[in-house]
Amino acid sequence: MEFLNAFVALSNFVLIPAIAYGSQLALGALGVTLIYGILRFSNFAHGDTMAFGTMATVLITWWFQSMGVSFGPLPTALLALPFGIAVCAAFVLLTDRGIYRFYRRVKAKPIILVMASLGVMFIMNGLVRFIIGPDDQRFADGARFIVTAGEFKKMTGLSEGLALKSTQAITLVTAIVVVAALFWFLNKTRTGKSMRAYSDNEDLALLSGINPERVVMVTWLIVAGLATIAGVLYGLDKSFKPFTYFQLLLPIFASAIVGGLGNPLGAIAGGFVIAFSEVMVTYAWKKVAGYLLPEAWAPDGLVQLMSTDYKFAVSFAILLIVLLFKPTGLFKGKSV
Amino acid sequence: MSTSLKTPLLFAVVAAMIIATGQMQSWNTALQILNFGLISAIMALGVNLQWGFAGLFNVGIMGFVALGGLATVIVSMPPTTEAWSAGGLRILLGLAMGAATIVAGILLWARLPRGRMRGLVVAAVLVLGFALFRMVFDGGVSAVEAVNPASTGYLGGLGLPILLAWPLGGVLAAGAAWIIGKTALGLRSDYLAIATLGIAEIIIAVMKNEDWLARGVKNVIGLPRPLPYEVDLQQDPGFAATATSLGLDPVTASTLYVKLGYSALFTVVLVVLLVLAQRALHSPWGRMMRAIRDNEVAAEAMGKDVTRRHLQIFILGSAVCGIAGAMMTTLDSQLTPGAYQPLRFTFLIWVMVIVGGSGNNLGSVLGGFLIWFLWVQVEPVGLWALELLTSGMAEDNALRMHLIDSAAHMRLLTMGVVLLLVLRFSPKGLLPEK
Repeated sequence: MEFLNAFVALSNFVLIPAIAYGSQLALGALGVTLIYGILRFSNFAHGDTMAFGTMATVLITWWFQSMGVSFGPLPTALLALPFGIAVCAAFVLLTDRGIYRFYRRVKAKPIILVMASLGVMFIMNGLVRFIIGPDDQRFADGARFIVTAGEFKKMTGLSEGLALKSTQAITLVTAIVVVAALFWFLNKTRTGKSMRAYSDNEDLALLSGINPERVVMVTWLIVAGLATIAGVLYGLDKSFKPFTYFQLLLPIFASAIVGGLGNPLGAIAGGFVIAFSEVMVTYAWKKVAGYLLPEAWAPDGLVQLMSTDYKFAVSFAILLIVLLFKPTGLFKGKSV
Repeated sequence: MSTSLKTPLLFAVVAAMIIATGQMQSWNTALQILNFGLISAIMALGVNLQWGFAGLFNVGIMGFVALGGLATVIVSMPPTTEAWSAGGLRILLGLAMGAATIVAGILLWARLPRGRMRGLVVAAVLVLGFALFRMVFDGGVSAVEAVNPASTGYLGGLGLPILLAWPLGGVLAAGAAWIIGKTALGLRSDYLAIATLGIAEIIIAVMKNEDWLARGVKNVIGLPRPLPYEVDLQQDPGFAATATSLGLDPVTASTLYVKLGYSALFTVVLVVLLVLAQRALHSPWGRMMRAIRDNEVAAEAMGKDVTRRHLQIFILGSAVCGIAGAMMTTLDSQLTPGAYQPLRFTFLIWVMVIVGGSGNNLGSVLGGFLIWFLWVQVEPVGLWALELLTSGMAEDNALRMHLIDSAAHMRLLTMGVVLLLVLRFSPKGLLPEK
């Protein structure tokens, strides 16, 4: 019983939130890693791309809600998501045409592309704040919980409750579907294969007749989709605030680098490594320890390794440790 | 146009813009822009050392600037004796133990033979050290923070003149840069970028949460000033008489006097740093740095220790940013950790360096002034433009009200556009490197 209670408490406060957060980070990191693999630069505008796509989705969700359209128990935002992705993709393609393509043509150094992405970051950040404002926006509707803590206690007779928010379940299911689709696309379709070929060896890919502009365009489309989905899922789970999305850049980059930049599988693993370490280091273990340890040993303090405000420090520390011991990440990444 | 003519001309344009602000808006605004422009120019100079001389991509400027701000509190605020006796030594002991743990971990890792034992021993030392550190440190922190939390609740400073904080800010920033450089400089350029981005966020998180250090988000206000207060000046009959004889009323005259005083102090720092940077650029050391930047492999083949040189210039550039950060907090006379935002303190400085001309010290200074001027003036201009644009709409039109409310966000947009235009059409900046 004690052990079960400890496990339920652990699931409720650590495992489930970390899995949801990890899925969101993994989707974000996949976007960063794809850009790095194909376009060969670190895209600093990724956090703001997520914010832009989410903003489009939020606006469309509000419009749907005002017309009385709803998705039953599921959040309306899922209905608006395809439209949000379309808006985001259009904008991202526009930035590619207007900005990045020139630097590809002149074969600029990757660092120049990073600078350009800083400019895009400013523009997107400004646009998002201009259109929707810098404040917190909530747009989740539909059922809040699949299982509430009270129902769970009644069902199992345990003294610990387990709450499963519907947004957490949606996050996980969506992430699995999206990742499966992405891997199927990269491994089985002609376009996906040409993308991987281009990422592995640009010259050989060109020799075999792959059209680089098409590869780049498809990459941006996928990245816009991934960024919007990651952003919307994060926004449903927590809330939408432009500055928070900008700050997500750090854990997302950390995930992509920990996994190995340019390696999609690594990005997913990295996302979960970062999410789990962030949640576990900042969680107060008092409750779990209280169930597991004999009464005499029960801790007085919260047994919290670090306060929650230091979660960035955790992702950063993991990043440094991995870089020092495995410079190309857990899975072999590439370097330009 | 030759660059020798272009440089003074562009500086004259910026000066004219600031003077025009003085004529059209107010001299107080103009001097405020000048003062922040001077500080921005110093920050840009520091970034130019790293990027222009050595090609190091540092996006953690905000962290170094914030450390400079922290230095002002440490140097100038009076010490809270009660807090020191309550737990000051305990905090210091805890920190020393934490540092000792890390050093012991690193030494053990280096000395012990490879194998599973090494990992286990190092992990055990780290875990044990962390537990001991928390036991000693937490008690000290809660004791200090309990001392009169509404007004102090922190250790206070050394009670020294605030001008001493400027070099100390540089030293603090240099120390942080040394730690980052030691770990991240051997890695690839993007990794350094991410590492600096992360360290800046962590520095801000520490300053926000460690109340014993500088009161965290409760802010430290009323820092001592290197210049007299306006109120004292107004009550000084001699000053009032001089002001009246110049045809100014004493209140305006006193604010202008203080701002001009800051301008003078900042100008001295800027000129000293600029001269040093120029000398460095044209010395054998500067040529070596640029050679390393342009071809690391060749420089290494010539026997240059590239990582060491990078570490050196990374520390120097960060120290300059730290000095600028201390100056800025002195000007604000308060430390507000919540106000440090990466867009304003990191990426805006990058726009300054790139627009001004990376690799050219005068260019960075020019960029600092010009971009700061735009940053300040885009808001009123944007507001005016939006009002003009929407003047056909009704007063209470929702779109019009939204647009006018959002005018403040125009500056981010403008900075992005300026950066992209310069990168695209004049990638070497306004004043290119020779």
